[in-house]
Amino acid sequence: MKKLVLTAAALVMSAGMALAGSHATTVRMGTEGAYPPYNFINDAGEVDGFERELGDELCKRAGLTCEWVTNDWDSIIPNLVSGNYDTIIAGMSITPERDEVIDFTQEYIPGSPSAYVALSDDVDTTGGVIAAQTATIQAGYVADSGATLVEFATADETIAAVRNGEADAVLADKDFLAPIVAESGGELKFVGEDVVIGGGVGMGVRESDTELKAKFNAAIQSMKDDGSLNALIKKWFGEDAQTF
Amino acid sequence: MSIRACLDTIAAYGLRSIGIGERLLPKRDFTLCEHFTLIGSGLLWNLYFGILAIFFGFFLANAIAMAKANRRWWLRKPAEWFIFVFRGSPLFIQFFLFYEAFVLLPKMGWDINLGFTEITVETRWLTRAWLGALIVLILNTTAYSAEIFYGALKSIPRGDIEAADAYGLTGWKRYKRIIWPTMLRLAWPAYTNEAIFLFHATTLVFFSGFPAWRQKGDALYYASYFADKTFNPFVAYPILAGYFILLTLSVITVYGAINRRLNRHLPQEKQRRLRVRPNVIR
Amino acid sequence: MFSWCTDPDTLEGLAWLSCYLTTGKHMAFYRSFGTVMVLLLVTAPVALAFGFAGAMAARSHFAPLSWLGKGYTAVVRGVPDIAFFLFFVIALDQGIEYLRHRIKCPDWSEPIRQGNDFVVCPAAKMPLSTAPQWVHETYGFALAVITFAIVFGAFAANVLYGGMRAVPRAQMETAEAYGMSRRQAFWRILVPQMWVYALPGLGNLWMILIKATPLLFLLGVEDIVYWARELGGSKTSAFTYPHPDWRLYYFLALLAFYLLLTRVSEILLDRLMARLTHGQATSGGKSTDKGLAI
Repeated sequence: MKKLVLTAAALVMSAGMALAGSHATTVRMGTEGAYPPYNFINDAGEVDGFERELGDELCKRAGLTCEWVTNDWDSIIPNLVSGNYDTIIAGMSITPERDEVIDFTQEYIPGSPSAYVALSDDVDTTGGVIAAQTATIQAGYVADSGATLVEFATADETIAAVRNGEADAVLADKDFLAPIVAESGGELKFVGEDVVIGGGVGMGVRESDTELKAKFNAAIQSMKDDGSLNALIKKWFGEDAQTF
Repeated sequence: MSIRACLDTIAAYGLRSIGIGERLLPKRDFTLCEHFTLIGSGLLWNLYFGILAIFFGFFLANAIAMAKANRRWWLRKPAEWFIFVFRGSPLFIQFFLFYEAFVLLPKMGWDINLGFTEITVETRWLTRAWLGALIVLILNTTAYSAEIFYGALKSIPRGDIEAADAYGLTGWKRYKRIIWPTMLRLAWPAYTNEAIFLFHATTLVFFSGFPAWRQKGDALYYASYFADKTFNPFVAYPILAGYFILLTLSVITVYGAINRRLNRHLPQEKQRRLRVRPNVIR
Repeated sequence: MFSWCTDPDTLEGLAWLSCYLTTGKHMAFYRSFGTVMVLLLVTAPVALAFGFAGAMAARSHFAPLSWLGKGYTAVVRGVPDIAFFLFFVIALDQGIEYLRHRIKCPDWSEPIRQGNDFVVCPAAKMPLSTAPQWVHETYGFALAVITFAIVFGAFAANVLYGGMRAVPRAQMETAEAYGMSRRQAFWRILVPQMWVYALPGLGNLWMILIKATPLLFLLGVEDIVYWARELGGSKTSAFTYPHPDWRLYYFLALLAFYLLLTRVSEILLDRLMARLTHGQATSGGKSTDKGLAI
C-alpha cells in the first residue's frame, strides 16, 4: 500500500514539473449561456451574444488567451470563488450583496432598467401577482413591493406564466424583455414604470485576483474611450439603448 | 447570538413557509439561527407532501397491485401501463407535464353545498403546489408501491395459499386473512425504502416543478435561498441534509415499529434472529 | 448540415424542420444521450464497488470499520440526492485541489482561504487552467460519476448487506465443517450465493439510477435535460431558427427515451430473475398461471 502511494506521488510530481514550464495565462470566462442577447448558445452550440463579442475584444486588448465555459446561474458565484473559472461575464448586475463576496470590474453596461410586462394595461404592479425568476434581484424587488411574488426556475417559465394567466405580469431586465414583447404580435406589452434595481453590469472576479481585475478595468476603459463599447451596445441592444 | 434573539427569529419565521409570521425574508447578515429556523419551517411542506402522498398512495397501491395480479386483462393491462409509465419516467418530467396540463384547464369554480356550509372548488388550485404537486406525488408513489406489493404477492409461499385452500378459505376471506397480511409482511422492507425515497422526492416540488408563491417553499427552497444570498453552499445545504437525516431516521423508526407488529406472530426465536445480525462467519 | 440550409429564413415546413433538427446545438443534444448512457454504464459498476465495500465494512468484526460502513449508508441514504449534489461536488473538487496543493506547492506561503476565495497554486488546479476544454469536461464528468457512485453505493450497500444476511446459515456452517477459513467461506460460499437475494433490490436501484440522471445538470454536466431546456425555450429572432416555447415537445421526447430505457432494462432483469428463481416454491416461481395468487 505504501509503495502504491509513493508511485502515485512520483507521478504527480513529474506531471507537475512538466506543466510548470508551459505556464501560460489562459483566462476562463464563465457565463450562463441562457440570457439573450447578453449571452446565449447559438445554433452551432457555441457561446454567442453581446458578452461573447465584448469578452473576446477585452481579452485581445489585455493580451490574454480566453476560453469560454458555461455554468448554471444558481452556482455561478460559488464556482468562481472555488476557482473553476476566473471571471463571470453573464449580465450580472453589480449589487452590494454580490460585491461582498466577489469583486467587480467597472461597468460595461450602464445601469439597465427592469420592466413589467403583462397582457393588458390595467395591471396592478404593486398589488397583483408578479412573476420573477428565482434568485434574481427582480424577485427580491417584487417581494419588497407588496405584490404577490411567484417564482419560477427559468426566465422562460415566467413569460409562460403571464401568457397562461398564472401571473398578472412579469418583472425582468428590460433588455431581455424587449425582443420578446416586440415579437409577440401585440399580445404582450410593457406596463407601469420602469424600475432601476441593481447597478450597472460588470465582470465578476475573485477578490484575491486584483491583477486580473486591473487588466480588465484597463481594457474596458480603453473601449469606452475609443467609442467601440458604445457601438457594441447599440449593435446588440438597439439604437435606443443607454450608452456611456 | 443570544438565545433571546433566536427565539424572536423562531417566532417570526418558524411558520413562514405556510404564510404565518414576518412577510419579508431576512436579507443580509444571516445568522445560523435564521438558517435553522427557515429551513426547518420549509420542512413542514416536505412532511405535508410526504405524509399525505404515502397515506393516499398506500390504499391506491393495494388496489393497483391487485389489479395487476388479476386474471382479467381489462383490469391487468391498465394497471400494468399505469405502473410502467410512472415508474419509467423521472419525477421532474411528470411534474412538468402535469403542470402544463393543469394550467391549460379552464379556470372554473363549482359551489358544493355541504348542508351546513358551502365551499367552492376551483380548478385554479391544481396549478398550486399544495394540490397539483400532491396529486403527482400520490400517483408516483402509488406506482412504485404497487409494484412492490405486486412483487410481494408473487413471492407469497405457495404452501401458505395451499394451506388456506385446505382450510376452505376462499375469496375475500382468504385475501383478508392470508394473502394481504403475508404480502404486507414481505413487502415491508422495500416499502420502507420507497417511503424514504418519497420524502426525498418532495424536495423536487419547488425545485423543478411548481412555482413558489409569496416565497412560501419547502426546505430546499429556503436552503437555496440562503445559498444564493450568501454564495456559500457549505452552510445551508448541510443543515438541510441534517434535517433530512433526522426525518429519514424517524421514517425508519416508524416503519420498523410497524414491521415488528406485522411479524409479531412469528416464533420469538425467529423474530430475534431477524433483528439481531446473525453471526454468519466466525 | 444539408445544402439547402444556408438561408433558414426562406425555408418552410419539412425543409425548415430538417435544418432545424440538424443544427450544431441539436447535434450536441443527440450526443448528450450518449453522455447519459456512458454515465449509467460507468456509474453502475463503481457504485456496486462502493456498495460492496460498504457492506463488507458494515459486517466487519472490527468495530470502527463496522461503524464507518453503517455510518456511510445511514448518512448518505438519509440525505436527498439533490441536496447532496448541490454542495458535494464543489467540496470534492476543493478537497482534491487542496491535496494537490499540499503535494505540489509546499513552499506556497499565501493562505488557501482568502475571505470567500479558495485559492491554490496554479500547478495544483484540477485540471490546470491551461488544459483544453475537453479535459475540463471529462474532469467534471468524472466528479459526477464519483458523486453518483457514492450516493447509489450507499443504497447498494444496504441491498448487498441484506443479501449477505439472507444466505442460509446452514451453508456457512457446512463451509466451516469442511474446514474453510472465514475468508474462504466468505468469498467461495457467501458472495456467489448472495446475488440471488440481492438482485431484485439491485434491479430496483438501477431503475432509480436511470431516473436520477436528470440531476446531472446540477453537477455541471450538459445532459439531455440541459439541452432540452435550452433548445425548447422560446427563441426570438436573434436566433437563426426562431420558435415559441417548445419545451413540451422536447420533454415528451425525453419521456419516450426514459420509458424505452426502462422497458429494455425490465426485460433484461426479468430474464435474469426468471433464470435465478426457476423452480422456487413461491407463487411467482410457478408464474405460468398468472393470477393464481388471488
